[in-house]
Amino acid sequence: MNFDYQTRRKLTDRTMVFLCGAAAFIAMIPLVSLILYVLLQGFKRLDWAFLTHLPAPVGVPGGGMANALLGTLTLMLLASLVGLPIGIMAGIYLSEYGKKNKFAWAVRFTSDVLSGVPSIVTGIVAYTLVVKPMHNFSAIAGGIALGFMMIPIVTRTTEELVKMVPHSIREASWALGVPQWQTILAIVIRTAKNGILTGVLLSVARIAGETAPLLFTSFNNQFWPQSPDEPTASLTVQVFTYAISPFKDWQDQAWTGALVLLILVLAINLAARTFFKNPRGLLR
Amino acid sequence: MIDELAEKDKKKEKKKVENQEHRGEARKIEVAHHENEGEQHSLKMKAEGVCAWFGTKQALYDVNMAIYEKDVTAIIGPSGCGKSTLIRCFNRMHETVPGSRFAGDIFLEKDSIFDPRMDPVVVRRRVGMVFQKPTPFPTLSIYDNVAIGLRLNGMRDKKVLDEVVEKSLRKAALWEEVKDSLQKAGGALSGGQQQRLCIARALAIELEVLLMDEPCSALDPISTTKIEELIHELRQNYTIIIVTHNMQQAARVSQRTAFMLNGKLIEYDATEKMFTNPENKLTEDYITGRFG
Repeated sequence: MNFDYQTRRKLTDRTMVFLCGAAAFIAMIPLVSLILYVLLQGFKRLDWAFLTHLPAPVGVPGGGMANALLGTLTLMLLASLVGLPIGIMAGIYLSEYGKKNKFAWAVRFTSDVLSGVPSIVTGIVAYTLVVKPMHNFSAIAGGIALGFMMIPIVTRTTEELVKMVPHSIREASWALGVPQWQTILAIVIRTAKNGILTGVLLSVARIAGETAPLLFTSFNNQFWPQSPDEPTASLTVQVFTYAISPFKDWQDQAWTGALVLLILVLAINLAARTFFKNPRGLLR
Repeated sequence: MIDELAEKDKKKEKKKVENQEHRGEARKIEVAHHENEGEQHSLKMKAEGVCAWFGTKQALYDVNMAIYEKDVTAIIGPSGCGKSTLIRCFNRMHETVPGSRFAGDIFLEKDSIFDPRMDPVVVRRRVGMVFQKPTPFPTLSIYDNVAIGLRLNGMRDKKVLDEVVEKSLRKAALWEEVKDSLQKAGGALSGGQQQRLCIARALAIELEVLLMDEPCSALDPISTTKIEELIHELRQNYTIIIVTHNMQQAARVSQRTAFMLNGKLIEYDATEKMFTNPENKLTEDYITGRFG
């Protein structure tokens, strides 16, 4: 028998398993160290006041980022209002009506390109389209910029998830004398509901951390947001401003802001995962 | 002790032989005897010169077939002979396949279902369908699965819905098993129950003809028996067309049998005649298991 050959096979196998494992371990290092470092640096200043107080003037101790937290939530809401209806409906169109036609091909292509566009470019576009005509920075402009970024993500995930609903379910519905539009609304979307929700949450988490498009759309504000048509603070921009400031206290607060943002994004991600695992959802 | 064992062995042996004999008998297909034999029912559906294509591939060649009211009509034939395609023409499901084409005509009583003024949605409400694989709507409850056909057709009255759900589940012989868990997901039932749920769902809309596309081929023998009993029950009120691979099943449940081969209707006659004295050599060969 050819024992040499077998030994060599085994050795190759072990080496490859080890190399892949090592690569996986290395890939984890940045993530784990990032979370740990943000936790360590940000934890110092994390307290109730940070989440409920306005920023204090330079030199005055204390203060928080409550307005920025609220601003980020507002921006997420506004972005969802812009991005979700368009994204979800476009995704349904692509999956249900536009399997092969040229228009659908164009929509798919532009979505793919759009999701690769640098976010600062999206910001400039929103600046030109919204900020300039309105003559001031505003949460609306920021929400629109973020909404633009959400559209391609939501469109493509919705399309994929609606496509995953088995054809037999649609047929069963048609065979009951249910028209196409009702089949889509009452059967297909309901079956894909949890999947779509997951895609939505992931896209919200994705835009929650955007800074560049907000720099010249929603800008920043040291006070509570009064209305969506004025400059609005956001965690990301606030972290950016504080981090590049020369003051030690502000730098510490930037870390805490980063921590809050991280927790927010992680929470949304976890929520998305539980929806996706829900036994009454799509994957059963 | 040893004697006892030997005795037992002998008994087993004997049983085996008996079983084999029994099986041998069963292989000669028994045709169920039906009470209302010879009773001529009125014409319910009629296919005239039906041809169907998928892209350029022709699946059906000039099929003419009359379906009688409150009869069970079985369609048998080897895989790919076009039997599923044929029954999918009976409720215009064939045209939902991209690239499909149809020629000929099918009548439901006096109306052509291919009349341009006829909405396929209306046809499908009168001619329901149960598929090979059970297809309950997985995220809907058992109740909603049955009620959805009516609901989507505009019925809002809770009392009527409750009634129809119970009646349909009873007709599908599923009520006793699920009456305490109507809010459970339809996907949580066993395969056989899911199939009966699909039948209940079809019965909930006021249909006249029920098409069954190999309804038992994904089920175990016990569930199969239940569905077959159900077909006997449903015959009182509905016209049924069933596609099946199982010739015994065709013999057991149907009054008329059609044999198809390569997209053509080879022979169509009373089930008893088809299984005992078929006209066509091909039918005989298929039924006796010489090919297919």
